[in-house]
Amino acid sequence: MKRIIVKEEHCIGCGLCEVYCTVQHSKSKDIIKAYNKEKPRPTSRVTLEVHKPVSFAIQCRHCEDAPCVTACLSGAMKKDEETGLVTHDPDRCIGCWTCIMVCPYGAIKMDSSGKVVSKCDLCAELDIPACVANCPNDALVYKEVKK
Amino acid sequence: MPKYVLVGASAAGIGAVEAIREIDKKGTITIISDEQCPQYSRPMISDLISGKADFGKMMCREHEFWEKNDVQALTGRTAVSLNLSEKYVMLDKGDLVDFEKLLVATGGRPFVPKIEGSDKEGVFTFTTLSDAESLALKLEKAESAVVIGAGLIGVSCTEALVKRGLEVTMVELQEKILSLILDPTASEMVENVIRKAGVTIVTGQTVKRIVGKPENDKAVGGAVLTSGDQVDCDVVIIAIGVIPRIELVTGTKVKTNRGILVDKTMRTNVKDVYASGDVAEAYDFVYGENRLLPLWPLAQLEGKVAGYNMAGKKADYPGGTVMSSLKYFGIPVISIGVANPKDPDPYEILVNHDPERSLYKKIVLKDNQIVGVTLVNCIEKAGVLFHLMKNSVNVKKFKQDLVSDDFCLATLPRSLRRKLYPGEYK
Repeated sequence: MKRIIVKEEHCIGCGLCEVYCTVQHSKSKDIIKAYNKEKPRPTSRVTLEVHKPVSFAIQCRHCEDAPCVTACLSGAMKKDEETGLVTHDPDRCIGCWTCIMVCPYGAIKMDSSGKVVSKCDLCAELDIPACVANCPNDALVYKEVKK
Repeated sequence: MPKYVLVGASAAGIGAVEAIREIDKKGTITIISDEQCPQYSRPMISDLISGKADFGKMMCREHEFWEKNDVQALTGRTAVSLNLSEKYVMLDKGDLVDFEKLLVATGGRPFVPKIEGSDKEGVFTFTTLSDAESLALKLEKAESAVVIGAGLIGVSCTEALVKRGLEVTMVELQEKILSLILDPTASEMVENVIRKAGVTIVTGQTVKRIVGKPENDKAVGGAVLTSGDQVDCDVVIIAIGVIPRIELVTGTKVKTNRGILVDKTMRTNVKDVYASGDVAEAYDFVYGENRLLPLWPLAQLEGKVAGYNMAGKKADYPGGTVMSSLKYFGIPVISIGVANPKDPDPYEILVNHDPERSLYKKIVLKDNQIVGVTLVNCIEKAGVLFHLMKNSVNVKKFKQDLVSDDFCLATLPRSLRRKLYPGEYK
């Protein structure tokens, strides 16, 4: 079971994690098109949090006992029994924001469409999530964790 | 092989089934519901009316949920009485269902005050799927509506009716809408948005009489307000609140107040009998006492805790509090705990109000601990504040930052983060 580990002491606050997350979750997968052409701009599911001098990136932690799954009104937020991932189905989401209210990390965002929420899916189609792969200082690390 | 019987198949029942099956794959589970179609999301009936969700989308669990969890679902059946000494539930046709562990999750029913004319055709409540279905049928020919009550249900219903193109008048007895969960400032922000959507809001009044149409007195034609003014309308929706459905345990040893009393394991005073959801008075960690909190996420959590304990895994309900997130009319609002203390004395109130950007953040502190959070148009970090609140964190050192625009997890001192999020620092 691989998860993203946040190393705040390595974070330089560059925000590349957000940029590459946005691109990865865009239609075009192209940085210029994603930022300039796609309206609304795709939501970055990772957030660079800054409270100077502290900075770190945070995304869904895929909690063992995930409050967002219990609180979800529509069944859009689910815990995958096999992978342990917390998955979100935007087609089922009704944008009631209840998950946002209970996420202890503040890691669930309102999608730029304003209609549903958006959260980290660990870039299911990639071997290494985009934020990790493009972090210049290993402040995000993708590694095996114990259950 | 234990026999689990659950009465009620909404949020608490679903939560209980999932928890029981996590622990016990074999014990038989029977769920009794007077609704034909349980396992749908009740808060979504407004989405059904507005057209945002169809029936399939309202199913908050997969269609094979009961089969997958090996649950015998007795839907469309009513549990009429309970025998605690012989441990059975009697159903409407006189058949008996034996139990070893029982969960009473019968929920709430809409409170309908005595209003002259409320028996006319076109008066609805707004709680269940069948309420929504009969309302939807009527709406095919309706042009205007009066919604009585401007709480969560009233506002959600109003939004749905507006989306259907109806002219809506919302009538609220209090001076402000959503007065149980919002302070006057936040309430006004929401009110302005609702008014802009074309809704007429009447506060400080109620409907004293429902009158018929000139051509057909049996059909709703208008609502007469306390002031004597009449609002013409084709439908009236009563959305004043819900009251716990405790009848099943009335007259038994199970202790009740307004709802069924439970301990932290969601057990009643009777062994093997549990209660969860809108019917139960569960622990509110802000008020420090048990009370009615009829909210979907809490019901599901309570059901889950009950399920664990019924199946033999010890679990304590961490407590909830009044907590609501609102999506209606495009203005995101979150309100948790004490929104508007009547006696400001023991409280400290921090506010960041920016009318130009239409942002509002308010934190209510008591002894340097967060007891209330209100966020309008800036809700994304609500969960961090709620986490501080649940863990009774002393926020003295960084309290001014709590309402700043850029409050986030990084705002918290590192030592506190280590303590609050132990999993991250393994």
